Amino acid sequence: MTEAVAFARTPVLTDSYMHYCPGCTHGTAHRLVAEVIDELGIQDRTVGVSPVGCAVLAYNYIDVDFLEAAHGRAPAAATGLRRTLPADRYVFAYQGDGDLASIGMAEILHAANRGEKITVVFINNAIYGMTGGQMAPTTLPGMRTTTSPQGRDSADSGHPIRVCELLDTLVAPVFLARGTLSSAKGVLKAKKLLRRAFELQHQGFTLVELLSTCPTGWGLTPGDSLAWLDRNMTPFFPIRTFREPGAMPPQADPYRPDLRVRDDGPTDEPEE
Amino acid sequence: MTGERQLFKGAEAIAEAAIRAGCRHFFGYPITPQNEIPEYMAKRMPEVGGTYLQAESELASIHMVFGGASTGARVMTSSSSPGLSLMAEGASYLVGAELPAVIVNIMRGGPGLGDIAPAQGDWAMMTRGWGHGDKRYLVLCPSTVQEAVELMAQAFDLAEKYRNPVVLLGDGLLGQMMEPVVFPEAIAVPDPPGWAARGKPKDRRRVIIRSLYLDPAQLETHVDGLFAKFAAMERDEPRAESWCCQDRPPVVVCAFGTVARIARTAIAQARAEGLPVGLWRPITAWPFAAPSLREVARHANRLLCIEMSKGQLVDDVRAVLGPDHAVAFWGRAGGVVPTVEDMLAQIRAQFAQA
Repeated sequence: MTEAVAFARTPVLTDSYMHYCPGCTHGTAHRLVAEVIDELGIQDRTVGVSPVGCAVLAYNYIDVDFLEAAHGRAPAAATGLRRTLPADRYVFAYQGDGDLASIGMAEILHAANRGEKITVVFINNAIYGMTGGQMAPTTLPGMRTTTSPQGRDSADSGHPIRVCELLDTLVAPVFLARGTLSSAKGVLKAKKLLRRAFELQHQGFTLVELLSTCPTGWGLTPGDSLAWLDRNMTPFFPIRTFREPGAMPPQADPYRPDLRVRDDGPTDEPEE
Repeated sequence: MTGERQLFKGAEAIAEAAIRAGCRHFFGYPITPQNEIPEYMAKRMPEVGGTYLQAESELASIHMVFGGASTGARVMTSSSSPGLSLMAEGASYLVGAELPAVIVNIMRGGPGLGDIAPAQGDWAMMTRGWGHGDKRYLVLCPSTVQEAVELMAQAFDLAEKYRNPVVLLGDGLLGQMMEPVVFPEAIAVPDPPGWAARGKPKDRRRVIIRSLYLDPAQLETHVDGLFAKFAAMERDEPRAESWCCQDRPPVVVCAFGTVARIARTAIAQARAEGLPVGLWRPITAWPFAAPSLREVARHANRLLCIEMSKGQLVDDVRAVLGPDHAVAFWGRAGGVVPTVEDMLAQIRAQFAQA
């Protein structure tokens, strides 16, 4: 009897057991990123940036050159990569919601606003996973975490932040999209979004948000976590593509300021 | 323009020296009194095919330096005291990940927002392992614009030699003063080293630039490795200058940076009054040039530390010399610059007590 390979390891993934909890979707997201790098044939031209959080060890699994950034600073480190590497290289940062939308909010906003030619993979599971299930900037109203034991009170601790919608107010990004890893259909679509982001990366800033599970932090089984995500997260964080190249936000109306804010000597323009 | 004397503002001379040392990537955030460095870079970098990027904060600029250093590029940032507090995070990661970079600190008065006048209150912060965790930085303290240019030219080589950040520690006076300088020959931008993360060729393992070692034994081994480098720095890199010490003066002034420069004038005047006094000036704040200080202290039984702070260099001097020497301190805080007359009075007082 011969053995047939039904499902092979993606070549850009290493031959390591992942440390993620059962039912966690980081593994799926890693695989999708690795498949996209493989399909685009850019393994030798890609440098990744891992975050602080459960995915800090992404470099153990995705077989490309990697940096490990400080908490929230992955977009700044990715900016340093982009500005020093040859233009044909691909740079991606992989960040969770606490990393990106709390401690690293300034870095992500400004990297997006500069139009850094990078891809950000944003894992949103509405909780701090690695530190043990604390409230995140994306924790849903009423959601219980170890630091919101009565449920998040938005009047006291703020409303969850919708990152794609926030970044969609900026002029520079070329691709902003939110997908979900809660179903096979969602996973296939998420891969298309990631591929699109990598393909557009050399045009400008690209970000794909992936709604993800944290069964351990949520206190749910893997199966219940997927259902919980669909029932609670998707209505609050709608699955859609926010930005494609050429599309501009409403705030980007043509605006012609008087650029002469300081007098650096005579100009060609006559004085009025 | 190589080889000829040119009049340059200190901050701009530091920037030009960095470009001549092969630095093509500058990341920074505005803060007084060092804005002439980023402003010069913003103008000059495009002319040499380099990158000037204004970050959203000092936190971001030091982590942009982290990313840039990871690719093996010669990268730098500059800031002033409050900005260095913010950069402490990224600096620690640079040491942990063994990345070379050059960081300029043009010190101002503190604590807190303090003021924008020249000060030296960051000596302790920079020499005691700035930021979290066990570590050291090579800290260079120029006293003139010419010396700043020369140290800047060496700073990138030193950073790469040890794969550790190098700090150029100046003050607002050094940044703002105009002096004639001679620049060294510009070097070609060096090729990136083999350890850099630039994309993994098929025939090598991936490069991982990291500072995380979850196993305590592994982390200890890593830190031991860092400290082996620091030990090599302590052996090979301490630098200091002894001036007016040939006649074995019984009183020696210890000062660094621009204070040492003012002290020269006071010492010359004291000698004109017949008071035999010398100057000992550390050029590396860390590693501290203890052997050179001990040499000077063999004949000097009274040392007078003069600083633009409430006394930080003096701690190192006392630690090296122990209780057998009378080590006095006089300084001005808050950005007040000590005058020659004040220093002269302090030197006279040392002789009166002797």
